[in-house]
Amino acid sequence: MLRKKHYLALGAVTLAVLLIFSLPPRATSRLKLAASSLFLPLFGLLNTAQQVPAGAANAIMPRRALLKEIGNLQLENQQLRIQSAQAAAMARENDQLRAQLGWQRQVPWKLKLATVILRDPANWWRTVQIDLGSRDGVRENLPVLTPDGLVGRVSSVGFARSQVVLLGDPGCHVSALVQNPAHDIGIISASGRPIDSSLVDLTYLSGNAVLKPGENVITSGEGEIFPPGIPLGQIVDSRTVEFGLYTEARVKLSANLGALDQVWVLFK
Amino acid sequence: MNAFRTILILAAAFLAVFGEAAFPLLRHWLGAQVDLLPVLMVYTALNADIVTLSLLAGLGGLWFDALSANPLGVSILPLFAVGFVIYLQRELILRELPFAQFVLGAAACAGVPALSVLLLLTDGQEPLLGWGSLWQWLVMTVGGAVATPIAFEFFNRCQHALGYQPRTETSFRPDREIQRGRQ
Repeated sequence: MLRKKHYLALGAVTLAVLLIFSLPPRATSRLKLAASSLFLPLFGLLNTAQQVPAGAANAIMPRRALLKEIGNLQLENQQLRIQSAQAAAMARENDQLRAQLGWQRQVPWKLKLATVILRDPANWWRTVQIDLGSRDGVRENLPVLTPDGLVGRVSSVGFARSQVVLLGDPGCHVSALVQNPAHDIGIISASGRPIDSSLVDLTYLSGNAVLKPGENVITSGEGEIFPPGIPLGQIVDSRTVEFGLYTEARVKLSANLGALDQVWVLFK
Repeated sequence: MNAFRTILILAAAFLAVFGEAAFPLLRHWLGAQVDLLPVLMVYTALNADIVTLSLLAGLGGLWFDALSANPLGVSILPLFAVGFVIYLQRELILRELPFAQFVLGAAACAGVPALSVLLLLTDGQEPLLGWGSLWQWLVMTVGGAVATPIAFEFFNRCQHALGYQPRTETSFRPDREIQRGRQ
């Protein structure tokens, strides 16, 4: 009788798993969102717990330090305003020149700040969750970056949270351009180094590509997910593979993926 | 058997999954995150019934996959398989010995991720694997092994403090009491 109960449980669990596997992708993603929404109270609790020390630190900060900080920020604000005015004038000039040449007008980037709230608990994926979701207008495949460089892209969107697949994960491929005289183009793909998140592989470069350590790598704009010109990193070293058929390089990422606290979602 | 142990195990699994995702300190230091669900599975397989074991595998796996990029349901079968094997052999295991707990924790924490990756590869997924994965596997195994006796101690204390204790029979019988002195 007892054995029968054991095997009934085994059958029930196996059946449940097979049922989940056979669900259509849309139903699975909804089920996933429903399961992850159970953690919402804990997100709130964690957020509050993180704000308490910050609030306490603000409360004990001396007035003199705050005034000094305000002074510095005002100075920086003035400098940025001047630079912004200069950039606006350059953008106008750029638009006029593009209009004269009949080129498509460049759409300015629209960015939204997001906080990284969770990391993937599994060691074999490189993803994070951010606190922006469909209510904030986030859609799948939007680029995510920091001031240092590209971080990844939005892979799935919930109401208040989104999952971001980071560079180096097998699910994140980016067309990259090396800033050298030949303007070599390759693909940033999975690193094959699960521990070191700072290095990724740049593959499918042409066989005769000559790369030097320290050369900058940026997004090429091909693939229509990532706009061109976002910094990715710098070449560390390179080697020819597949009997010289193509070249592969290691790239040190500009953004520190191991210490992501806040990221920018780029709306196109 | 009361529901307290089941609720305690499921609550611990819920918090463990959230903790693994929210606090990546161990990942920063050692390059790998220790999974605590196999640890809980060892405790459950040795101390709870098959229903609790199935619930832990089902709900724990579901919660883990919900916060991860794993396809939903991938973590359920490895957890259940490891728990089920221990459950079938639990009469032969010296469950009170910390060394036995340590060894079982190591085996479970090595087995569950290996089975999960195997399932992912069978499903056609491409998890991030390399030589560094061996180090991650070692960290998960050793971390889980160390955590298992601690988890046993924690649950035993909780059970002792908060759960219903079985009523012990006393050897005292009033009808056999020796009356001393004069009546």
